[in-house]
Amino acid sequence: MLSNIGISLVVSVLILSFLIIYTASLDLKISRQVIKKNIYNLSLFQTTFIVLSFFTLIIGFINSDFSLINVYENSHTSKPLFYKIAGTWGNHEGSLLLWVNILVIFSYLFLVFNHTHDKKFRLYTLIFQNILILGFLFFLLLNSNPFNSIYPIPLEGLGLNPILQDPALAIHPPLLYVGFVGCSIYFSAAMASLLSDYGGKSFAQSIKTWVKISWCFQTLGIIVGSIWAYYELGWGGFWFWDPVENASLLPWFAITALMHSLIVLEKRNTLYYWVIILCLSTFTLSVTGTFLVRSGILNSVHTFASDPSRGIYILLFLSLMIFSALTIFFLKQKKETYNFNLKSRETFILANNWFMAFFLVTVLIGMLYPIFLDVLTNKKISVGPPFFNIVIIPLVIPFVILMAIGPKFGWIKSQIFFFSTIVLVTIGAIVINLLIIYLFGEYSLLSNLIFIAAIFLILYSLLDIKKFIKNKNKNELPRIISHLGFGLLVFFIGINHQFSLEEDFNLKVGEIKKINNYKINFEEIKIKESKNYKAIIGNFKLTNLEKNLVQYLNPEIRVYSNPETLTYEAAIKTKITSDFYLTMSNVSRSDYYNIKFQKKPFMIWIWISALMIALGGFVRLTLKKNED
Amino acid sequence: MLTKKVKNRILFLIFIFLLSIASVFFIIKSLNKNILYFSSPTEIKQREDIPFEKAMRVGGMVKKGSITISQKNIRFIITDFKNEILISYSGTVPNLFGEEKGVVAEGKLRDKNFFIADRILAKHDENYMPPEIKEIIEKNAK
Repeated sequence: MLSNIGISLVVSVLILSFLIIYTASLDLKISRQVIKKNIYNLSLFQTTFIVLSFFTLIIGFINSDFSLINVYENSHTSKPLFYKIAGTWGNHEGSLLLWVNILVIFSYLFLVFNHTHDKKFRLYTLIFQNILILGFLFFLLLNSNPFNSIYPIPLEGLGLNPILQDPALAIHPPLLYVGFVGCSIYFSAAMASLLSDYGGKSFAQSIKTWVKISWCFQTLGIIVGSIWAYYELGWGGFWFWDPVENASLLPWFAITALMHSLIVLEKRNTLYYWVIILCLSTFTLSVTGTFLVRSGILNSVHTFASDPSRGIYILLFLSLMIFSALTIFFLKQKKETYNFNLKSRETFILANNWFMAFFLVTVLIGMLYPIFLDVLTNKKISVGPPFFNIVIIPLVIPFVILMAIGPKFGWIKSQIFFFSTIVLVTIGAIVINLLIIYLFGEYSLLSNLIFIAAIFLILYSLLDIKKFIKNKNKNELPRIISHLGFGLLVFFIGINHQFSLEEDFNLKVGEIKKINNYKINFEEIKIKESKNYKAIIGNFKLTNLEKNLVQYLNPEIRVYSNPETLTYEAAIKTKITSDFYLTMSNVSRSDYYNIKFQKKPFMIWIWISALMIALGGFVRLTLKKNED
Repeated sequence: MLTKKVKNRILFLIFIFLLSIASVFFIIKSLNKNILYFSSPTEIKQREDIPFEKAMRVGGMVKKGSITISQKNIRFIITDFKNEILISYSGTVPNLFGEEKGVVAEGKLRDKNFFIADRILAKHDENYMPPEIKEIIEKNAK
């Protein structure tokens, strides 16, 4: 029943896509400056139908309608309602439907909200976006249909991987998808802009809101994914340079570069072709990331069950996308003159773009090198985290410093140079750095430089805040928040990395372990039955011998029944100054429990500063409305 | 005669060119230092030039009944159904670790039969098999 409703809704969206492309191309030939009413209607119908199809799937999950294979494979009647709903996008087919939903919704919103722009440009954007929609709809219907039915209807489902039953992971895919798939609209807009010769300033204005929206959601999505890894995976880390994480970082570098150079295009009406390249590559990289993750080509720690046939389709589609984008780009590209003065804001924004390009290339090489080597020589390798750390971390130093100074310069040519402020702030940063060494202990030269650079940016941002309080120039605020957030992020990651305490050991119930000035007493284990799992809860007494403080930590081993899986729940005690992190595991029911104990200073501040980066973007979005 | 503007531009282009060559060189150099080769127990036995100082990955199935746990570490045998290697590891094992499950260990070889791991790779999904191990098993099953 639901299967038929779902499939007919998806097929009608498909038909509407063809209709939109057809009517839009007819309308292109008419010289009237207004888009025909029926195109709006078709697009509205398309949006309604696709949203309805998604709700149909959600209803299937809520009611545990096991006549749908997708529900059968990924849900279970004993699962809490929240995770039943989250299960809708927690699997490949459902998340692809979400993907198409975002494509369609953005297509409609772009059409409606850009009514002041050129008609030809808007129609071309609509056509390209619908070509993308068609591509993904065919993929959905032919290869990964969430509405496929099963007969006879099973009585019980297979259940959702317990590791995915986590609030952070329930919202992670939708956030990341709005971020990644949101890029599609300015991919289409960039192609349309080339074809309709609608470039420059007005093009920048038409896409800037969409760029900001997808930037905010991408940033937030990556942060939430990282939070999930920290809480759920039980390694005590938050970033592993794992191929899947890298895949999400690639489009982020491109979109961050785009967001900055778009300002140059809007203010100075130059860098048009560079902006176009970034628009095209952001979405291309998003799809590439999806392709690499879904096809199982990348050997990642995070990989879930994958299927090579998906990969071939996405690869074909991707090649087609890149090929047509490049063709149109080179046919339409014209000579553009650049006239930049060294002491101007646009030069510094360009510098930001170089760094972003460098980071992007580094991560891309680290990610693709193993694949190439495997194909060419059949050697299996993986690129370790040290590679990324060695190449990227030293460059963070000049990057952070330029990030502080850059916004101080005016457009075109800036005469004033704040030399004395720079000297004062540098001295301040060095003094604070020495203070940290004096209070907490020494670290390497590289770390010294990173700390100084980060504090430099933080102090500069604080000066900016002081200025903001005086002149109330709201346009500067989002930039200050995001840049300050980045400075704090580098600083706290540095502190966290330098002063973490980590120890792995095996303990029996009743035994005691001493680490530095901490004593860990494994007092007892308890067993608790829950709705869909059984938990073995350890009770650990943690004593701080210096201050004589006692704390209890209760890590869990959960045995889920559907599907039968073990998960380890870390016990995390968060304080403003540090996190205590303890996981317990057990192999083949031995008497020894495997314990991982960590003290991670300023952990919560890493999340706060990362969220500040995203917050800056959201503040900019709200400001936009006020200005108009 | 070149104008000052053109001269500046040429200098700038040369600078950018050198900078990108330098950075690509830098990337490739650190890449070569930091790659981890993946081997099966059989490959370790057969290869003569296997490095003992360099970190690497070993993968296969955890042999049934081979897991022993002491206060200091956990030991188990990885097999590819032809050859075996003993692994010693003193950290927390991932939740899908167990007998007759696929596993990838990262660390250094002590000798050809003994491997000290400093990381055991987790998989999030019980239906998922790392591609390397799948290949080994398919090869040796024939």
